[in-house]
Amino acid sequence: MSEATRIRATVKDGITEVVIRMAHPMESGQRRAPSGERLPAHHITDFAVHHGERQVLGGRFGGGISANPHLVFRFRGGAAGEELSVSWTDNRGVMRRDSVKIG
Amino acid sequence: MATGRRTILKAGGALGVWSVLVAAGVLSAGEARAAADRTPFQATTLEEAFAALGAGRPDASSYIELSLPDIAENGAMVPIGVVSRLPGTEQMAILVQKNPNKLAAVFDFAPDTLPELQTRIRMAESSDVLVLVKTAAGFHLARRPVRVTIGGCAA
Repeated sequence: MSEATRIRATVKDGITEVVIRMAHPMESGQRRAPSGERLPAHHITDFAVHHGERQVLGGRFGGGISANPHLVFRFRGGAAGEELSVSWTDNRGVMRRDSVKIG
Repeated sequence: MATGRRTILKAGGALGVWSVLVAAGVLSAGEARAAADRTPFQATTLEEAFAALGAGRPDASSYIELSLPDIAENGAMVPIGVVSRLPGTEQMAILVQKNPNKLAAVFDFAPDTLPELQTRIRMAESSDVLVLVKTAAGFHLARRPVRVTIGGCAA
């Protein structure tokens, strides 16, 4: 069971700032356990951020993004009370979608 | 069937393989597209990564601002900020020259999204960090060295 994505979206002067923390180990596939065994890759591969129906940011990750991916970005538009959602898929096929109201 | 298909997928690193598999009916077009999207992330040289992203030999640009620490104590979490002053920025890719897999992430920007981003990357060792920006006019590149005290991939 995956953990909720933490999202903060605040609008000021017509620009919405979004701060995201996706809960995920983001195992690169390069690290080794103390036993010497290689830890298998386990990371988010795709994500998208939607304002209502419109995608404002999307992307793809490899193993080179830190655990619990953190993103900060801004887009024009957005109004208090409107929905902003974050969805992701990982390399094991787990999917997750969370949303907040813009504040 | 499943293992047979995986073997084929592993064997075929080159982009051209996907269309062959689609023609052979092994993969649906959608599956091929999804798999092809991952090929830049398998790249183990910068040249391979640029080629897989369609960037060829990108021009160095001073219109891409990178915020990175000169010295990162923990390679597992290196903060990076990118601001592109290039008009029509559509996409940004973050690459780490000395990571085993060079490409860390690709971001697609909607027209109303400001061409700037902050995130955190893993760095195996001291290395240049590169940001590739795609605009309607082509690909542009900026790079900055970061010294890493404790590596973040193998550590």
